[in-house]
Amino acid sequence: MSLQFVVDGLLTGSMIGLGAIGVTLTYSILRFSNFAHGDFMAWGTYATLAAVSAIGALFGKVAPIAPLSFGWPLIVALVIGMAFTALLALLLDKVLFARLRRQEQAIIVVMGSFGASMALRSLLEFIFTSRPTYFSRAIQIAMPVGLGIRITPDQIALLLLTAVLVLGVHLLTTRTQTGRSMQAMSQNPALARVVGIDVASVVRVTWIVGAALACVAGVMIGILVQIRPFMGFDILLPMFAAAILGGIGSIPGAVLGGLIIGLAEAGAVQLVGAEWRAAVSFIILMAVLFVRPIGLFGVRER
Amino acid sequence: MMDLIGYAAFFLTAALIFSLITLGLNLQWGLTGLFNVGLAGFVAIGAYTSALLTTPDDPARLGGFGLPILIGWLGAMVVGGLAAALTGYATLRLRSDYLAITTFGVAVVVQLVALNAQPLTGGPFGIGFIPRPFGGLAETPLLFNLSNLAIVLAVTLAAYLALEHLSRSPWGRVLKALREDERAAVSLGKSARFYRVQAFAVGGAIMALAGALQAHFIGFIAPDNYLPILTFQVWVMLIVGGSGSNIGAVAGSVLVWAIWAGSGALTSMLFSPEQQARAAALQIVAIGVMLCVILLVRPSGLFGDRPRRLRAAKAAPSAAPESRGP
Repeated sequence: MSLQFVVDGLLTGSMIGLGAIGVTLTYSILRFSNFAHGDFMAWGTYATLAAVSAIGALFGKVAPIAPLSFGWPLIVALVIGMAFTALLALLLDKVLFARLRRQEQAIIVVMGSFGASMALRSLLEFIFTSRPTYFSRAIQIAMPVGLGIRITPDQIALLLLTAVLVLGVHLLTTRTQTGRSMQAMSQNPALARVVGIDVASVVRVTWIVGAALACVAGVMIGILVQIRPFMGFDILLPMFAAAILGGIGSIPGAVLGGLIIGLAEAGAVQLVGAEWRAAVSFIILMAVLFVRPIGLFGVRER
Repeated sequence: MMDLIGYAAFFLTAALIFSLITLGLNLQWGLTGLFNVGLAGFVAIGAYTSALLTTPDDPARLGGFGLPILIGWLGAMVVGGLAAALTGYATLRLRSDYLAITTFGVAVVVQLVALNAQPLTGGPFGIGFIPRPFGGLAETPLLFNLSNLAIVLAVTLAAYLALEHLSRSPWGRVLKALREDERAAVSLGKSARFYRVQAFAVGGAIMALAGALQAHFIGFIAPDNYLPILTFQVWVMLIVGGSGSNIGAVAGSVLVWAIWAGSGALTSMLFSPEQQARAAALQIVAIGVMLCVILLVRPSGLFGDRPRRLRAAKAAPSAAPESRGP
């Protein structure tokens, strides 16, 4: 077995982990599992793609930054895409989720997210058709780094970006007042309200962080694999499994869970074949639910 | 005229098979409050089980065993019920969302097995030559359609009556009590998990039976029949009809299937062939928006009995202003 699966697994794991942060935040603070999260990912990616084309139309062709396959337009477009995805999530919360939450039955919100997921995904299919597209069709040469492992410059850049983002979100949730309010909301919403925490702003920050990271994860998939309307829906189960494996509410847990699932998937692809890849996260999910349902870093619910 | 009756029979057969799935979902969700987002998986399990048991021997895959159709249907119910019981057993002691996520995973895995386990399921090309209950009548389409309709009608009616009886029985009352106030029901000595696993298993068995009926009605199955869109359609049917009501489940299924088939026919008339796929996507968008609007505006559907307790709680003066939120 070649060690290449470590790089592949870390990359897949980064995408899953970044997405799982949003899932775990929504679950612990807004108290529902959001089936539309994968579709935020796809919408963010298509928004970024649209922004790249718009920049290309305005400034003409821009040369990529030395070893990478993309130039500054993609970086600017990614920021635009993140803002767009955050706005989309806030809008959806305003018209749908906030109203459903008022019915005070968590599972109704889940159902609403399921309906929204179908509608969002099919709307993408309607606008862009289901044909896959790409940010760049250039093929990068992978550099050997020893032990039989090869890695492309894009992959290194994206792994670094993931590390920076995860560190940033971790600092946001542990070192700032907003982050402490988020933790308070997830641990005891009633008490958080009593001590005067601004619930509306916590909800907003939760959506913005989750959606922006979903957009980054989607763009990573777009750069390394391809862009399709179903790209987010297909990664939904791994994201849920990662969030539960890491322990609901734990951001380091979600990322670690994502990396474990990514590595397991890459290993399974080498051992049993790529067609069974999607079963890996289900097996891990079932194992966690049977053995340790609170996950690696979870806290028992009160 | 004869064509019209034939088509009506065909349409109703399809709608009634959906009704049967919706009835199973109503037992799980409407009566017991268990959220199943992977019902397409259970329908597929039923269809494949019955197909394996009843098709003539095929050297390319396991079976078929050429057994009578009734054995196939029974087998479908047993396997579907067992799969549901196992899923429920694993997740029902945990938060309700975990069941949703797990059922979602079940559907993904069933789809994967259907696609890749060629020796068992025939892979992407599926299984053909599934015996039809009145295959001998296939020469006269009208009679064939009507006899199919009669069989599906009889099965659906039987399931409906059985479920009505169950929901009024002591067993059904325990399920409703658990849904409305788990703590009160548990304090009366009812094991919440045990009852829920039972309800989930029976619901899964009914869905599997529906899958088997459909397989024998069409005569051919493939993994594409059991995509998440099926789950989604059935959910819309139940919500439109009103969760908690069996008659609502049947009425919602016929109504939504009529809207679905009607809008499908409309788009195929209005759009050119190369725009068909896009138009079909738009159809799903419309149904998805419809689901959200019904959840927002009339969560009890046409016949539903769901949020009785919640409405009572909201009527309390102290709760009303706070629930508006900032």
